Amino acid sequence: MAINYWDKKIEIIDRAALKKLQLKLLKETVQQALKTDFYKNRLRKCGITSANDIKSLKDIEKIPFTTKDDLRECYPYGLLAVSQDDVVRLHTSSGTTGIPTVIYHTKNDLNSWSDLVARCILATGVTHKDVFQNMMTYGLFTGGLGLHYGAEKVGATVIPAGPGNTKRQLQLMKDFSTTVVHATPSYMLHIGSKLEEMGFSLKDLKLKKAYLGAEPYSENTRKKIEKLFHIDAYNSYGLSEMNGPGVAFECVYKCGMHTWEDAYILEIIDPKTGKDLPEGKEGEIVLTTLRRKATPILRYRTRDLAFIHKGLCKCHRTHRRLSRITGRTDDMLIVNGVNVFPSQIEEVLMRIPQVGNNYQIFLKKDGALDKLIIKVEIYSKMFKGDLKEIDILKETIKDELRACIVIHPSVELHEPGALPVWEGKAKRVFDERPKL
Amino acid sequence: MARQLNIFMENRPGRLSSIAKILADQKINVIAFTIQDRGDFGLMEILIDKPEQAYLSLADKGYACALKEVLVVCAKDKSGNLYKLTELLFKNKINISQAHGYVMASEKQGICCLDVNLKDRKKIKISLKKSGFRILEDKDLSELL
Repeated sequence: MAINYWDKKIEIIDRAALKKLQLKLLKETVQQALKTDFYKNRLRKCGITSANDIKSLKDIEKIPFTTKDDLRECYPYGLLAVSQDDVVRLHTSSGTTGIPTVIYHTKNDLNSWSDLVARCILATGVTHKDVFQNMMTYGLFTGGLGLHYGAEKVGATVIPAGPGNTKRQLQLMKDFSTTVVHATPSYMLHIGSKLEEMGFSLKDLKLKKAYLGAEPYSENTRKKIEKLFHIDAYNSYGLSEMNGPGVAFECVYKCGMHTWEDAYILEIIDPKTGKDLPEGKEGEIVLTTLRRKATPILRYRTRDLAFIHKGLCKCHRTHRRLSRITGRTDDMLIVNGVNVFPSQIEEVLMRIPQVGNNYQIFLKKDGALDKLIIKVEIYSKMFKGDLKEIDILKETIKDELRACIVIHPSVELHEPGALPVWEGKAKRVFDERPKL
Repeated sequence: MARQLNIFMENRPGRLSSIAKILADQKINVIAFTIQDRGDFGLMEILIDKPEQAYLSLADKGYACALKEVLVVCAKDKSGNLYKLTELLFKNKINISQAHGYVMASEKQGICCLDVNLKDRKKIKISLKKSGFRILEDKDLSELL
């Protein structure tokens, strides 16, 4: 198998040299982080006042974890470590309770991010000769733009299709001989199920590869998609706090995702004790940015569970391989690739006075796509007897939820007392989707 | 003006019967009702002989319900009377947003429950009366049966 590299020297760097480089970059990152009030206070408390207090990679354990709540508290400018004049882009993501988080990028930050993505793309055997159709959401969500800039850097022909409108997606694939796509696994399955119905056949397509990300899925689903389209599918991992896609990606051997360890320090910890776990043991992924100047983040708890594959990969890359994401340590839901926390939904519902105390969240499959159904009780004391007011209430709930969680839920209204009451901790989320 | 009871109800078997049971237990008599469907839920509009009592007993059981003033017009059951009534409302620029009507065959009387937004109640009441229509109040409802 031909193995392509974007930056061969760094991709096959020996581990000792990599660790040396990591230490140098960690010191720089700590120095950069100390420019923010948040890290200045936090690091001072554990005796770190300058980069010189980091003497070995092991010293990273002195640094406390950074959580999503920390990022929320720092919103909007608390973690900005450069002058705003040097910021060229920002991405926000919705927080767990309505307060968003923000990541800033300098020109150079974006450049190193797209370099990482370019590495991922070449690692799958794609080159400037390919036609890349990006079916991931553009905008504040990092999935779309992240791959877009990486693919442009590689020199591939990029079709910024965005998600949805399956018929047009297929038409684009046919007309421009798309060879690679980027999508959620659910959406790939959806396209596969609609292909013939929409008047296309596999013979019309030149598709060779798919990048699948933004939601968890199994090896079986990968195989199913590969069989459905006669392609190779590659697993992708990223999160907006760590730029977005490009943190870890599979190479042609499809045996775990190479995590770019010259750009991130990867730790797997026991989510209960916070202690480092050995290779092969499943735990929570903790990441530290090493190359981002605008928003350095130290030891970020991703809440994603995975393990590190032991041994070297046949592609000779020395960057360790992350398993697929096996679960979450919190109650985050992934709906058609979008992250949603039940607390966000609750927050929206509880600020609408006509909504009662009880609600339920159902997740179902509608074909290959996810369907989010919110059942709410109406509050009897706010009911004035008009049907119109109830119609408006339903629309209000839908609009407010869409504004907060970015997906279109369907809303069902119920009589007061119709939904089950729980003693103790209420069970409100019912995920009835078959596992992908 | 008389009041009808509007009840929010889920669209599933048994909801209407559970409301009817509460009314039956209270010996409340139903004069007329209608249900508007919205898929997962509906609105029941019900004209009863004892509106206040019906409201309290349903609200007490936790139902989302409300009493709503409606124009209940009583007229002789005769061809052309609905036209006469609606023409009169039209001339007074009164819009009817919801309505239901029925006939008491034995009494040869028609009853129309109209949801209208009345700015000048007195004026419309006088002109309806002049044309031979009777406007019912809460207390008249119990005498209908």
